[in-house]
Amino acid sequence: MRGIAALTRNPMMIALVMALAIAGCANKKTPNSAADLGLGGASTPGSTQDFTVNVGDRIFFDTDSSVIRADAQGILARQAQWLNKYSQYQIVIEGHADERGTREYNLALGARRAAATRDYLVARGVSANRLKTISYGKERPVAVCDDISCWSQNRRAVTALNGAGS
Amino acid sequence: MKILFRTILLASALATGMSAMATLPARALVEIDVNKGNVEPLPVAVTDFLSSDGLGSEITSIISADLKRSGLFAPIDKGAFIEKITNPDAAPRFEDWKVINAQALVTGRVTQEADGRLRAEFRLWDTFAGEQLVGEQFFANKANSRRVAHIIADSIYERLTGEKGYFDTRVVFIDESGPKNQRKKRLAIMDQDGASVRYLSDGSSLALTPRFSPSRQEITYMSYESGQPRVYLLQIETGQRELVGNFPGMTFAPRFSPDGQKVIMSLLRDDGNSNVFAMDLRSRTTTRLTNSNSIDTSPSYSPDGSQVVFTSDRGGQPQIYVMGADGSNQTRISFGGGSYSTPVWSPRGDLIAFTKQSGGEFQIGVMKTDGSGERILTSGFQQEGPTWAPNGRVIMFFREAAGSGGPRLYSIDLTGRNEQAIPTANFASDPAWSPLLE
Repeated sequence: MRGIAALTRNPMMIALVMALAIAGCANKKTPNSAADLGLGGASTPGSTQDFTVNVGDRIFFDTDSSVIRADAQGILARQAQWLNKYSQYQIVIEGHADERGTREYNLALGARRAAATRDYLVARGVSANRLKTISYGKERPVAVCDDISCWSQNRRAVTALNGAGS
Repeated sequence: MKILFRTILLASALATGMSAMATLPARALVEIDVNKGNVEPLPVAVTDFLSSDGLGSEITSIISADLKRSGLFAPIDKGAFIEKITNPDAAPRFEDWKVINAQALVTGRVTQEADGRLRAEFRLWDTFAGEQLVGEQFFANKANSRRVAHIIADSIYERLTGEKGYFDTRVVFIDESGPKNQRKKRLAIMDQDGASVRYLSDGSSLALTPRFSPSRQEITYMSYESGQPRVYLLQIETGQRELVGNFPGMTFAPRFSPDGQKVIMSLLRDDGNSNVFAMDLRSRTTTRLTNSNSIDTSPSYSPDGSQVVFTSDRGGQPQIYVMGADGSNQTRISFGGGSYSTPVWSPRGDLIAFTKQSGGEFQIGVMKTDGSGERILTSGFQQEGPTWAPNGRVIMFFREAAGSGGPRLYSIDLTGRNEQAIPTANFASDPAWSPLLE
């Protein structure tokens, strides 16, 4: 947050901070692409790799919000379609928060994000009894730096197949 | 450990002072007003307790360190001492202590009883009035020598400030190790000064937010050990664990009621919101205290058990609310701008400590129980989770400086001027201060 205030005042700072952020987080990024996962692009349709790489296993939230963003709606629609096609999977929705909140509130916030994600998938036909939720609050960040480039990656809900997610 | 506790309880009962050392109810020249914001630390001379081994000076060091860390006392360097105390039963040469501006003087002796127990005698002197303020002796198992030192420091603190001390207390906290995205979090307990650390869980699952029962024998905490995050009870000495209630969803943010009969906590609803419940530990009955479509969490009882302060985002962002212990009259009390969470009622009943997020910073502060008189004690990049010393004068919390990689524990007094780092081997968070042992 302090970062944002500084940025809007000083465009030079923006470039600098962005560069630092990219450098700082490059090797700590979420595995969102096949290359990150070392899969070389090929993954069997219906596999967990297929889900993670080609559908996208996670969505992101705004600060202190559990509203499903427009960019997340598309991902969840694809998730629902895939999950309806491959009905052998049980699903755990993990809700997470960034570290810019206090521990207990963030446990509740992560739970609310997981519930919102679950409800969205159920509304698109995924059977509710295949879906469980769990909140990790701010306990399991995927990106570890001290600015918004990481915090925005940590405010997430991850759709984990058979509970084998991150 | 239980046996040791009993021994020291016995010792406390015997600590009525020797007849020859009866405390004079004299008007003391030396006293401290802990309410004053800018109090100068009181120069005090803590002499090495006489002993046949190094134990006397060890105990003296612990007493000095306690007094110094309180911010209210300035122990004088031993090199400046003129008189060498050779007979702690005799009056000191007050002139020698006045010359080096020692307002108070501590003398003592440690000996071993025939049964192996430790016997510690101490006297506190008002050097300018030329009189003894306190004379006490304690018997304890040798393994409890640190506790004896803390009890003596509490006695000195209490006599000179008029407030209960807080040195003979412990802190439960979370020991953090490993990389941030796979952090191992273990329950741990230590003395308030960071000594005598003991681990209460093995770190194979996440453990969070431990809190003491009023008896100090039990803690309630939240853990992922069953896979699902749940509230547990743990008997500190026996290691016995117990799930609190059998609820379908996550339970979290537990705290004991002041009488130790109930645990108050948050329960996740199926719709993703969280409400506050109290569970009676004997009858196992649960009472719903809030029922709003919001996050209601971090409940904390007032010391008389009649009210509960908690965090709710029912107004759009996290704020602090107070209600009756039956859930009645839910009223917002935080209006300072920014968001507020982690409210904790002071053991004295007069203040509520909180974490505030404002302007991109995290602040630890206190307000009166109606929300007025807000004071910020410390601001920083990331800090949260205040817990009160049992005398309601000092707050411990955890802070993570930007780029530091993890949190550490700190204490700060109500003036906001005396901040102290609590030494821990690893990163540490979620401290909870024990009550004083009665």
